[in-house]
Amino acid sequence: MTSPGDSGGRETWPLWEVFVRSSRGLSHVHAGSLHAPDEIMAVRNARDLYTRRAEGVSIWVVPASAITASDPDARGTFFESPQGKEYRHATYYTESEAVPHL
Amino acid sequence: MKTSHVKSTAITPESIDEAGAIAPSPVADYALGLGDDALVLAQRLGEWIAHAPELEEDVALGNIALDQLGHARSLLTYAGSAWGKTEDDLAYFRGESEFRNRLLFERPNGDFAVTIARQLVASVYFDSLYTALADSADPTLAAIAGKAVKEVDYHLDHSVQWLLRLGRGTELSHERMQRGLETIWPFVGELYSADPYAEGLDGVAVDPRTLQARFDDVVPRLIADASLTVPAIPFARGGGRDGRHSESMGPLLAEMQVLARAHPGARW
Repeated sequence: MTSPGDSGGRETWPLWEVFVRSSRGLSHVHAGSLHAPDEIMAVRNARDLYTRRAEGVSIWVVPASAITASDPDARGTFFESPQGKEYRHATYYTESEAVPHL
Repeated sequence: MKTSHVKSTAITPESIDEAGAIAPSPVADYALGLGDDALVLAQRLGEWIAHAPELEEDVALGNIALDQLGHARSLLTYAGSAWGKTEDDLAYFRGESEFRNRLLFERPNGDFAVTIARQLVASVYFDSLYTALADSADPTLAAIAGKAVKEVDYHLDHSVQWLLRLGRGTELSHERMQRGLETIWPFVGELYSADPYAEGLDGVAVDPRTLQARFDDVVPRLIADASLTVPAIPFARGGGRDGRHSESMGPLLAEMQVLARAHPGARW
């Protein structure tokens, strides 16, 4: 944690990604992003921006710069391999009549 | 706003109205003073919307303003029950000398540091006031205060976080935060002076003088934590509860009231 007031020589506030968990037992889900001078203010800003209508029980903030993402331009090849491989899906079983809700 | 998925038993202006609680006249007079404090501060904070240093701070100050407006609506609704008036009658159709807010709350926003200084002083005051008022013998006042105190806790945290950052930040932010404290300091005295409308309401109203010790305990420590200095400045005159306001009150009321007065009874 940085000391309050230490801007690290930055002129503008860094970007933070916000993850909100809506209730116990569910995962944190990406809600959006915001600017804040540090992680403490980022959590507070996230509370104001993303939980005003009682959406959440927990908030994570992550510096956007700490996230490594897949390349959107390489989407075709990157996600190609599951295509045409229906055998990976469990769709070839005969459903038993005695077992409802399958 | 749709809040049907949120189960809440917290008091609202609508539930006060529906419950049909009639404030005894002295209690109404007291509640009106508190309601005006919250209403005028909400109006001032609202002036920041679209003008704050960052979009995120626009939203933070706007949220605090809305919380304050909520407190004002409940207090004015309850006060109005004694005189057959609605919250809108009281907010939009009284003149300057009929408003009872203490002068701190009408102080102009100044720069962001002045606003933070005003919000710090206001939040410490509201926090101790509503904590005490939550034990009031008047059940409606106690319920309004009990709901407000949780929100004011957060407002105080917001002010403290900024006080620390501006005080310990750059040379310029330190200097402006110090100037902000000095701009607001003269209005601390009135805040903790006797409230004429609290007299004779032992157990119902809170005597602001009993809250001064908390201010003296908390605020100088916070100021020192932020590497700032407690201003050594004499207090200004009071008079807000008696309807004597500063030159900045008229324009505030004009902006707040113009629409309701131009279109009386309009709904939107």
